Amino acid sequence: MAAVCDRERCIHCGGCVGVCPKDAITLRETRIEVDSKRCINCGLCAKFCPVGAMRIEDGV
Amino acid sequence: MEYDVVVVGAGPAGCMTAKTCAERGLSVLLLEKDAEIGAPKRCAEGISMRGFERAGLEYNRRYIAQEIDGAVLWSPSGKSVVMQSEESRGYVLERKVFEKYLARDAIMAGAKVMMKASAVGLLKRDGEVGGVVVESMGEQEEVKAKIVIGADGVESKIGRMAGIKTLNVLKDYISGFQYEMAGVSNLDMRKIHLWFGNNIAPKGYLWVFPKGDEISNVGIGIPGTENEKKRAREYLDEFISEHPEFFANASPIEVNSGGVPVSGYIKESFVSDGLMLVGDAAQMVNPIHGGGMSTNLYAAQICGRVAAEAIGEGDTSKERLMQYEREWRETDGKRMEKLLKLRYFLENLSDEDFEYFADVLSGEDINNMQKGKTKFLLKMLVKKPKLLLYAKRFLSG
Repeated sequence: MAAVCDRERCIHCGGCVGVCPKDAITLRETRIEVDSKRCINCGLCAKFCPVGAMRIEDGV
Repeated sequence: MEYDVVVVGAGPAGCMTAKTCAERGLSVLLLEKDAEIGAPKRCAEGISMRGFERAGLEYNRRYIAQEIDGAVLWSPSGKSVVMQSEESRGYVLERKVFEKYLARDAIMAGAKVMMKASAVGLLKRDGEVGGVVVESMGEQEEVKAKIVIGADGVESKIGRMAGIKTLNVLKDYISGFQYEMAGVSNLDMRKIHLWFGNNIAPKGYLWVFPKGDEISNVGIGIPGTENEKKRAREYLDEFISEHPEFFANASPIEVNSGGVPVSGYIKESFVSDGLMLVGDAAQMVNPIHGGGMSTNLYAAQICGRVAAEAIGEGDTSKERLMQYEREWRETDGKRMEKLLKLRYFLENLSDEDFEYFADVLSGEDINNMQKGKTKFLLKMLVKKPKLLLYAKRFLSG
């Protein structure tokens, strides 16, 4: 399990980066990168995302 | 490569810091991770006249989209209170142009700018931060610096790399969503408009910031804690469809979103040996309206000056750089503390309370509240026991 970013919905604002307690998310110029090894599935990024692009997904 | 100062992030705070350092004779490198300065914006683009002038900026048609002479506050049922005073004057900017001009000013003062350049690591020198590892266009290089300044926004990595706690907590972190729209009508376009209400924007507000020629930023900000079941974007879409009187002929021409830190500023230290944070990276945002430009630009001026003085004295220790933090905390920081308390007070208001406020408060009252002058609230709230309770807690807390 890890946070996943739906690139169709995401407008790469980087808001999720500022709320990740494990520093697992990085904002690249036009995409969000999640380090699945660091991610602890806390779901804060998914709760925060203004457009609902972040979610916790099984089997990733 | 070696510079006196490396500034990471060419937003308003980064550009102003770079300019201030360069004016004082330092060699400065300003890094921007994107391919364009000023875009994508994560901002409603408003700045008070006071904030604009305090930053030493000059009126320029190329980046001032609309002059603003006041604000209209709307209650959930559509009652409005107009604020119009010297303090409520300001500008709505075209940030894509404005920030390029801030960068231009830094360049004219002698700073170098590097685009599509990310700081991916910190260099250490005698236990202090001594530079950054820069990644640009597929290549990495080390850039040494006497001071590294993190102006890398709400998603600041520089602070985290240096061990400064820049993490935002959901309740003090606004989930923001905005359309820049053309065709917005039936609103006074010389004023900014703010709507309150728990079905409109729970614990936050919704805004229209006019940019002239029927173009406006139409956005919403709600705390992350309110965003889970229903997204900021959904609240905004609903409001737009429920208000054809303003939006029937409007369509978006740009979509923006972002996180806004509204805790006032990082409570633990935002400097360390050879390192300073400025702007959103240090969470320097007005907790009431979520605006950051005015206070960011002010902090950047202090940050740049102290950096130059410290380098001049050959002492870039945390102790020396703390002068910046102290100056900030004693000025804007104090104001932010008051406004944070006011925000917690406002978050507890029900729709009924907002209606009451719209009935009894004048624009001037609200202006005073914003300045942290709140004693008059008590007098006004005597008739509303529930509000009085909040007010007491607010004033004593």
